[in-house]
Amino acid sequence: MARFAVRRLAGMVLVLFAISVIVFLIFNVIPNSDPAQRIAGKNATPQLVANVTEEWGFDEPLPGQYLTTMKLIFTGQLVSYSSQLNVDEQIWEGVPATLSLCIGAAVLWMSFGILFGYLSAVKAGRLTDRALTVLALVGISMPVFWLAAILLYYLTFKVQLFPSGGYVPLTENPLDWAYHLVLPWITLAVLFVGFYSRVLRSNMLDAMNEDYVRTARAKGLGERRVRVRHVLRNSLIPIVTLFGLDFGAVVGGGAILVESIFNLGGVGQYAAESIANLDLPPIMAVTLFGAFFVVLFNTLVDIAYAYLDPRIRLGTSAQ
Amino acid sequence: MKSRSPWRIAYRRLRSNRVALAALGLFVAIVVFVLAAPLWANEVAHTGPNATHTVEKITVDGERRDVVSPDGTPIGPVWLGADGRFFLGADGRLGRDEMVRLMYGGRTSLFIGLAAALITTLLAVGLGLLAGYFRGWTDAVISRLLDVIWAFPVILLGIALGTALAVGGLQIGPLSISSGSIWIPILIIGFVYTPYMARPIRGEVLALREKEFVEAAVAQGAGPLRVMFGELLPNLWSTIIVFFTLNIANNMLLEAALSFLGAGVQPPNSSWGTMISGGYELIYSAPLLTIIPGVMILLTVLSLNVFGDGLRDALDPKSKVELEAHAGTFEPEEEPV
Repeated sequence: MARFAVRRLAGMVLVLFAISVIVFLIFNVIPNSDPAQRIAGKNATPQLVANVTEEWGFDEPLPGQYLTTMKLIFTGQLVSYSSQLNVDEQIWEGVPATLSLCIGAAVLWMSFGILFGYLSAVKAGRLTDRALTVLALVGISMPVFWLAAILLYYLTFKVQLFPSGGYVPLTENPLDWAYHLVLPWITLAVLFVGFYSRVLRSNMLDAMNEDYVRTARAKGLGERRVRVRHVLRNSLIPIVTLFGLDFGAVVGGGAILVESIFNLGGVGQYAAESIANLDLPPIMAVTLFGAFFVVLFNTLVDIAYAYLDPRIRLGTSAQ
Repeated sequence: MKSRSPWRIAYRRLRSNRVALAALGLFVAIVVFVLAAPLWANEVAHTGPNATHTVEKITVDGERRDVVSPDGTPIGPVWLGADGRFFLGADGRLGRDEMVRLMYGGRTSLFIGLAAALITTLLAVGLGLLAGYFRGWTDAVISRLLDVIWAFPVILLGIALGTALAVGGLQIGPLSISSGSIWIPILIIGFVYTPYMARPIRGEVLALREKEFVEAAVAQGAGPLRVMFGELLPNLWSTIIVFFTLNIANNMLLEAALSFLGAGVQPPNSSWGTMISGGYELIYSAPLLTIIPGVMILLTVLSLNVFGDGLRDALDPKSKVELEAHAGTFEPEEEPV
């Protein structure tokens, strides 16, 4: 087990290294212009451009440049070139809002995803199932930011039920914190509720034909107990996998649209604002930050699986 | 007894799925709607998608009205009150015809969805076939590469590429794409979703490769190309078709998100995504400008998702192809022992 975990963690470091190289290439090789010129801004003097070239090491060969950039990021010295603020500090400042949004939304989407999926499977083919299927399909077919905008318009402007955005720290006022986050939570959760309930429904329907379910019934267990303890429990495994990965993606910047529209001031919104200013260092840092979370949760899920299922840690998947 | 090809059976199954057919009908109607854009623009609205009417007045049911009122609020839907001009009102301070823009914007959105799906499919099938057929280090290299792309949150990778390419366009050898071209979002979206399709296809190729018909073909002296395209590819078609349909839907959602953030379609081109982003600035005075393009995206994506589901059921009722709209699908792969 420990060996498997170490191997996966080493793999994670490798993937992160590859990602950092790709992010570096995206921002330093693809753009068709002198990076120093871009960093220095539109009205830069030649002296400033020369200074920037020196500071970022753009006159060095590419591997050297890569090291310089990474050093700036990891020593917390990367500076945005539109606001001159420290990028790492800005990211850390956004983390509480992003985590508040993501954790709350995750609780919602897991509860309702499982509830709807379970109901759908149990009532397969009947009206409840059809209604839930339609809802789920609509949920996964909506642009998230559009849903956010519509909710904002109808529930904060037309009917003033909720505050129109902004983030109140949990430590300041827990009630206000939740009140400000209700709409963002719902918005972010809708897509996942739709998706998870569909996955769970099809898993449960498959599981109902399995031998162990027949055995459970033959033992004389009640239908409810069979459904919850046998069918549901076994069908939840893929959902947990999905959850680990989706949660990583959402914390790592996937909530960028919801954060921006509800003005939560999280990491995603920071990225969105940097895009508007074509401010490459923050986008680069946030992309790395996001990839880190995806890879981290990916690895955690793998390790959890190996812990639960010995076939994986000993088996062929690690060839 | 008359024998039936698998395609025929699938077709019959699809034909009896009324929900899927309705979804297909809706999708076709939307395609016809956007294709009719020049017709509506020239014959009914008499204006183009980018023509501005800021200081003009129109006659609505005999009454003269500003296209854009002095406080900057655009005229709302007038339906047929002005003989088809400004059917859905104007789009903002510039006073462009919302209906005409909706039709032309839909062309961009659908085109990006389709073209990006084609790119994803070509890349994914190519990589999946190579990795699954040759296995060994070819597979190792391709799979690790896909893993790395897969590790980015889709939207962040799209934004990163979109921002980087918006600076100076793209230049690879003789291929040159200017920074405002809609081919930039197409390439980005096509690229970003490749691992989501390539990984399951590779898995399927790995499984198919062990089958007797491949052995038979090799025994007859068929080379790698012949086996890949003559033997393996025909067995992948049903998976490819389903993925392709669902992929268009996801591409359209990603395009809208990227455009909303300014990393997708660039002006003067417009898409449903850029229309929502433009309309959102006026959401409190003219909410329809946000609502309408979003409803169009919702209907299109919904029709594709429902039809895609129907296709999957028809082509292979047992398969469990799932393509997710966001980062994080994970299919525990079955490696050959």
